[in-house]
Order: sequence, then structure tokens, then C-alpha cells
Amino acid sequence: MTRQQVIAISAVGMAAITAWALFDGLPRWYGRSGNRPAAAAAPQGPAASGRKIKANLFYVSDDGQRLTAVQRDVPFGESAVEQARQIIEAQIAPAGEPLVSAVPEGTKLRSLFLTPRGDAFVDLTGEVVAHHTGGSTNEILTVYTIVNALCVNLPAVRSVELLVDGKKVETLAGHVDLRRGLEKNLTWVQ
Amino acid sequence: MPRVTLRLEGADLSRIIIDAAPRTESSVTHQNNSLIIKFEADALDVSIPAFQPQPLVQAIRAVDPVTLAVDLGPRFSVFRATTQPLAASTRLTIDLMIAQPESQPAAPAAAPPVVSAPASSAPPELAASIPAVNGLRAIALDAGHGGDDNGVKGAAGTKEKDLVLGIARRVKAAIEGRLGIRVVLTRDDDRSIPIATRTAIANNNKADLFISVHADASFQKTTSGASILYAGAGRSGEASGRQSPGPVRLPTFGGGMREVDLVPWDLAQTRYAGRSRELAGFIQEQFQDRIPLSAHAVGSAPLDVLESANMPAVIVEMGYLTNEEQEARMNASEFQNTLVQALFDAVLRFRDAQGEAR
Repeated sequence: MTRQQVIAISAVGMAAITAWALFDGLPRWYGRSGNRPAAAAAPQGPAASGRKIKANLFYVSDDGQRLTAVQRDVPFGESAVEQARQIIEAQIAPAGEPLVSAVPEGTKLRSLFLTPRGDAFVDLTGEVVAHHTGGSTNEILTVYTIVNALCVNLPAVRSVELLVDGKKVETLAGHVDLRRGLEKNLTWVQ
Repeated sequence: MPRVTLRLEGADLSRIIIDAAPRTESSVTHQNNSLIIKFEADALDVSIPAFQPQPLVQAIRAVDPVTLAVDLGPRFSVFRATTQPLAASTRLTIDLMIAQPESQPAAPAAAPPVVSAPASSAPPELAASIPAVNGLRAIALDAGHGGDDNGVKGAAGTKEKDLVLGIARRVKAAIEGRLGIRVVLTRDDDRSIPIATRTAIANNNKADLFISVHADASFQKTTSGASILYAGAGRSGEASGRQSPGPVRLPTFGGGMREVDLVPWDLAQTRYAGRSRELAGFIQEQFQDRIPLSAHAVGSAPLDVLESANMPAVIVEMGYLTNEEQEARMNASEFQNTLVQALFDAVLRFRDAQGEAR
């Protein structure tokens, strides 16, 4: 083995160790310190404690073309992700007269994740697609009801990506691009 | 089954009059030295008159149960097609123009005036506008939804996918027939097409404009009116500076290098934001006083079918199918004629604005 070959092999070895440290070792180290996407736990204590927060929930305006913010009491959540879950649960619950919800009837929250960077993933049941009326206006209103409910009430949430039955989707009804997270949008709020 | 009768008029058979009863929509396209006339029906009861081949028209034949072809002669230059609803039929009039403009400089203007309902509300320049292809070579029209995807369903049973296909076909016929601009439909029948494919058809055909035709739905039964939407930011990551990598040098066939501007597929529309908004404005202008506009007539959102379009692009929502009165109106031929004419005029306006900008 020549001297050059020895140097080459050592260089490759060093590179491999560095790559492992960067892509596997460090994330594991940080992972232990809890810097992982947080998932909402099953319904538990906070609601029972009776503490509430005021949150802006979004409903369809009288002209049917915009959302309108309505202040509602929502159960307090101990963590950002738990609070996010409480807000979405309240948002997708049947609205009750005279409010009109842009979230199709029967839609339930399957799970909700929040990354440390503030990207939320809201996983809804298939009714959000199956019971949707279609039409650009209604689809835009459905999407921004969920996106704004989190982004407006929780400064920790930077973007919201909708999932349906645990999977990424392209659109709900053929119009709004859901392949990436969406940011707060108040142009559709009156 | 519509009964279709043909009549040829003029010394050199320069005018073809086709009556379809009951009323049937049709589209006319110029392909391989023939005019292809396609009817929106399952079958036709058609009678074609016998005639000797002429310098303008060689023959008229049936291509399939719903399509006729007019084989053109050596002196044909351009055509103009207009439709006119009659009491119980639809009249399609096709005027064939003779080449040799030097001997007949006023040939297009000298053609018999065509009387048609939609054309009567159009500016006078339209009647004489033979292909002045001034910056617009191709337009892509997208009829929303299709196949398994009905789109919005009206209370009386109207399906968005059917309504918008009829409109797209008629806008195509109007633009091709009167402006000579090539129009590509993303679908010409009832089929399901992925959203990315719709945009790809527009991009691959190098369309200069993309218009996606839809009918809307509202959670409130009384919401009414048309709106025009263009692609707006809103997706995470866009604001944080994800941009086109810019020009790169790539090897070409036969040696050498060439600069190619690379644009990420899903960001193609960002550089047309201004012109798409302008197009939306022109459509709004043309709808004014003709097609009822909604309270918020122009808007933007992260719209899937527009984001990858490499040209000015909009969605036209013609009205709300969830509103019973609007549903009935959108099915009426009067509304549809006006809508087709208004979209035609908006395309013309956009073309002229492009000319002015040069």
C-alpha cells in the first residue's frame, strides 16, 4: 500500500465518522433533550380543571365569502401542542345557530403535531373531504378556518399543514394547494 | 339526437350555414387543412348537400357520429365562425376568406355581416378581427374537475364538471374562430385529470394565457356572483426566500453551452403574479354590467392548478351553484352566451394591453 493510498483511506474514514456524528449522533443527542415534534396527548386533565382561555374561532360570514372571527372560551392547555389541540377541537365542533362552520360536518381531529420550529400538522378524518361541498370559496374558507385558528391564537405556530386520515393530501376539493404548510391569511377574514 | 342541416352560400361557397335542432353547442377548429366541427351530442342526424369541389371548400364529410370535417381548398386563408341561437335550433355560420389580399384588400370587411347575439354586444373591431396574432399565440382553457370528480353539485342537479366543459368548449370555438389564436383544452370530455397534468398541458403547449373555468359553492345559500382568483403566496417557505436558482449553463446537442433559466415547477407562477392580477382585472372589467359579480370579485389564494403555470393564469368562478337562482341562470343559454363573449373580450383586451406594453 503506497503512502497516498493510506492517506486516501484515512480521509474516507474521517469523513464517514464526521458524517455519522452530524446526521445521526448529534440528532440523537439533541433528541434526548426533548427537542422533538410534540404530539398532543389524549384528552386529559386540563379541561377537567376548568381553566379557560379566550380564543378567536372562525366562522362563515353572512355574505358567505369570508370568515369572521368570534371570541370563544376554549379549555386551557398545559403545553402549546395541547392548547393547539383544544383550539382545533373547539373549532371543528358543531357551530350552533346562528354560526355557520366552514368545516364539513362529522370532521374529527385524529391527531396534532407541533415541531420545535412552529410547524403544526393537523390530521383530520376523511369527512373533511368526503362531506365537502367543493368550490374554491368554500375550500379556501375551510382551509383558513383551521390555519388561522392556530396561527392567530398561538404565536408559537408559524404554519399549518393539513393531513387527512394520516396522509398528506394535494387538496381537499381540487383548488387549494395543501402539499406544504400554510401561513396565517387574514385577507379571507372580514 | 340533434338534426343537423348544412347549406352552402355565395358564388364560391364562402359561407357554410349549419343548423342543429334542437339547440346543440359546437366547436370549430382548424386542423390539417380541414375545419373540424364537433357537436356536443351523442350522435347526429346529419344531411350533407352534394357539391363540386371549389377553390375554398373541397368536401364536407362526417368524421365520427358527432364530428364533421370541412376539407379546405387551395384559396382558403382564414375563417370566422359565429353561433346564433334560433327559436328551436342553433345556427353555426362559418365564413371562409379567400387568400390573395393584394387583389381584394377589403376581403374580410366585405364578407357579409354576421348577425349573432353575442357579437352584437361586442366592440365593432371584433367583426373584422382576423388573425392579428399580436403577442398571443396559444391559450390554455381548463374545464375544472371531471370524471369521478363532479365538482360542486347544484340543488337542481347541475354538475360543475359538465357546466364548465360546455363553457370552455364554446370559449375555445369563439377564440379560434374569430381571433385565430390556438386554444388548447386540458380536457374535452368527462374525464378525471390530475391537477399537475392540467398545468403541464398549458406549459407544454407554451400557452400565453391560462384560464381555469369553475363554478363555486358557498355555505350560505344566498351568496351569488362571479369571482376571479389568481395565485397568491401563503405557503410556508415562500416568504423565506425560496427562489429560482437563476440561469445555468448546460451543454447543447452538437456541442457548445447554452444558458437556460431554471424555474422550480411549483414556483413558476410567482414571476407572473402581476400579469395574472392584471388578467383578473380585465375579466372583472368585462364582466361588469354583463355577468353579476360577487361582493369580493377578485381574490388570491395558494391555488394548486395555477401555481405551476408558466404564464399569466387565473381561475374564473362563474357563479354559485349553491344558489338556486344562480344555478338556473348559469344553465340558461343567454347567460352562457354573455359569459363566453365577456371572456372572449377579456382575452382581446389582454392581447391589446400586451401590444401597448411593447
